[in-house]
Amino acid sequence: MHQSIVVSGFGGQGALFAGQLLTYAAMDIGRQVTWIPSYGPEMRGGVARCTVIISDEEIGSPIVRNPDVVIVLNNPSMEKFREELKTGGVLVVNSSMINLPAERQDIRVFNIPGNDIARGMGDVRMTNMVLMGGMLAANPVVPLAAVEQALRDHLPERRKHLVEPNIQVLRRGYREVANY
Amino acid sequence: MARELWKGNEALAEAAVRAGVVAYFGYPITPQTELLEYLSLRMVRLGRTFLQAESELAAINMVYGVACTGVRVMTSSSSPGISLMQEGLSYIAASEVPVVLVDIMRGGPGLGNIQPSQGDYFQVTRSCGHGDFRPLVLAPATVQEGVDLVYEAFDLAEKYRTVVIVVADGNIGQMMEPAEMPPMRDISTEQPDWALVGADGRSHRIITSLFLSAEKLETLNLRLQAKVQRVRENEVRYREHRAEDADILMVGFGTMGRIAQTAADMARQKGIRAGVFRPVSLFPFPSAALETRSHQARRILVVEMSAGQMLEDVRLAVGKDYPVEFYGRMGGVIPLPDEVFDAVEKIHAEMCHD
Amino acid sequence: MTEVTEELVYQRPESLTQVHTHYCPGCTHGTAHRLVGEVLDELNVRGRTIGIAPVGCSVLAYYYFDVDFAEAAHGRAPAMATGMKRTHPDKVIFTYQGDGDLAAIGTGEIVHAAGRGENITVIFINNAIYGMTGGQMAPTTLEDQKTSSSPLGRDVSIAGYPLRMCELLATLDGAAYISRQSLHDVRHIRRAKKAILTAFKTQMAGLGFSMVELLSTCSTNWKMDPVESLEWLRDNMIPYFPLGDFKVAEAVKEL
Ligand SMILES: Cc1ncc(C[n+]2csc(CCOP(=O)(O)OP(=O)(O)O)c2C)c(N)n1
Repeated sequence: MHQSIVVSGFGGQGALFAGQLLTYAAMDIGRQVTWIPSYGPEMRGGVARCTVIISDEEIGSPIVRNPDVVIVLNNPSMEKFREELKTGGVLVVNSSMINLPAERQDIRVFNIPGNDIARGMGDVRMTNMVLMGGMLAANPVVPLAAVEQALRDHLPERRKHLVEPNIQVLRRGYREVANY
Repeated sequence: MARELWKGNEALAEAAVRAGVVAYFGYPITPQTELLEYLSLRMVRLGRTFLQAESELAAINMVYGVACTGVRVMTSSSSPGISLMQEGLSYIAASEVPVVLVDIMRGGPGLGNIQPSQGDYFQVTRSCGHGDFRPLVLAPATVQEGVDLVYEAFDLAEKYRTVVIVVADGNIGQMMEPAEMPPMRDISTEQPDWALVGADGRSHRIITSLFLSAEKLETLNLRLQAKVQRVRENEVRYREHRAEDADILMVGFGTMGRIAQTAADMARQKGIRAGVFRPVSLFPFPSAALETRSHQARRILVVEMSAGQMLEDVRLAVGKDYPVEFYGRMGGVIPLPDEVFDAVEKIHAEMCHD
Repeated sequence: MTEVTEELVYQRPESLTQVHTHYCPGCTHGTAHRLVGEVLDELNVRGRTIGIAPVGCSVLAYYYFDVDFAEAAHGRAPAMATGMKRTHPDKVIFTYQGDGDLAAIGTGEIVHAAGRGENITVIFINNAIYGMTGGQMAPTTLEDQKTSSSPLGRDVSIAGYPLRMCELLATLDGAAYISRQSLHDVRHIRRAKKAILTAFKTQMAGLGFSMVELLSTCSTNWKMDPVESLEWLRDNMIPYFPLGDFKVAEAVKEL
């Protein structure tokens, strides 16, 4: 098993955190992992993106040209990654914010109204977790339970009250795709 | 200690803390800043010295001052800041005081950009100041390796009374990877017999880099050269990946070593016997080991995030008749595994024609 | 029927380009750019002005000024300006620098440029923080102010006290005009413009070194909204960095 997953959106949409959470979950169940943000002038321009690699073996390159799985949270990310996603790859789309079509037949696309669901469940800032849940259903790279555990284990103390709501939202996103 | 997920810059900082660094001086510069930010809290909490200097020029001279007192000290920066430190590094080398420096490289020349680069290879291995001196230069490829090298760097700096530079591209500073931290060392209370600690009960000690007599300055230089020789003999480090039977041997350090590893695996899937030789010590360069390995390979492909700087060391190691190819990108562009694989495939095709 | 007349009361200065800037919402760099642009227009010197951009958030200022511009190494703009002005005394030379650039890494250069009485103009943006690198402590960060490299607040027993550059430079005989202004409201912005005008006039009359410090905001790194930032500037920065002229040479008074 060797998989590259990109999470991409605007700053503030939680792309970096979602990627980190997945990285923690995979590490905690014994996988090799790397997490790398795109940094640079882009950072100020409001793009937030990270690449996560999860593997059974030692990881060579921490970056890839054509990722296996991409979670896109906004239109600019969609524009970029609908092209760059690998053939046969999985594209998880935040359809609340994205109106661009995927335009490809050789990939699997899952549309999830992330903002709407998160807002409905109390806080639009949990959009990233809705999409992450959906991704795990479409692509069980780690078990949902591992990600839930990672939330419990790695959220800083002052954020502990957010664990339960995030788990609920994560599950909701998961069901959204499981019932697809 | 369990494996934990660490951001590269913060992991390097924590490794220094555990190695017993007593004082840190630095100046903010991307993509190194998290190292300074991490220590701004960690050092203060431990009651150790942290100071944000007004410039890298000041930072390296603060470091120089502390080093003269025989206490573990370090600084960190990124390429343009290292350029500013050159003056201090030359004085430190001439004074033979131990200093650890971390360089998280970014794109240059000039203000360049903050993307990852390996364009400081010449600067750190050849030209980090005026005069004849060569710092020990170590280049990690993973966060764990960075932790281990920083931890050890302090011992090496003291063993040889020299500058040790741990050099990594911005990727390694910014990425997160699991790493296991080494144990916390006690801060050494031992005072080296050259340290300036006050001449109570003895005659004074002097640390200087001024030797007005040419013969005396030559004597210092001969001692520095003897040190370089000992470093060459004892501190060579490198790693290999599928190199034992490789026809095409890629040579790359840091992140490029990892990218080459992925490219080698891609090549193997296509039946091309490719492997990787990854220098970990850039100075001393693992020339002999590479030369030996080159006998069994048929071609060498050097991969770098630069115009080809380490390339010169590879050429020196294998001789001018050996077929050495190069693939690199500049300006902060990272050569991705598929590009490197393409370069391997091209060489393979040429070899089949020969 | 009353006659309707149209009068153009506000437009983009010719000395600025027509582009979007990269500055964060609420940042006062844009205001400072505009004031300098208006002054260059009013003095009709756009065509013989050379600006020098610093390293800092205003590193890309050369895209926003429609005047010739060079980019300096961090802190070295006054040295570059010295070289330019000495070889081209007929040109109008100004640097535009942040507090890290001018008062930390470039303290040596600014002190000596002022001490030599270099006939240049310095626009000094004091936002009490390192904006570009993500909010570290600056030499002008206030006591107890939290930044990413003074996470417990600036402890003056460790990091020392904030530098007041106007007061410092005003002691130098080479300095002809030194003034501190603020960009937190319209009244103060108008005063700031007057000071910038005087600074450039000082240079054009060949009277020596001129500098205008502009107290500015950094909403992003102060972690405040733009309005809060302006209020924070007014309530916290002005008491420590008092506004006004710190040096007005006799000849400048007559301008
Ligand atoms: C030699 C060198 N050291 C460090 C840096 C990184 N650096 C870029 S901007 C900056 C600070 C800028 O702060 P300031 O001058 O206050 O301007 P602001 O961004 O707040 O407008 C630093 C430290 C650099 N470019 N060159």
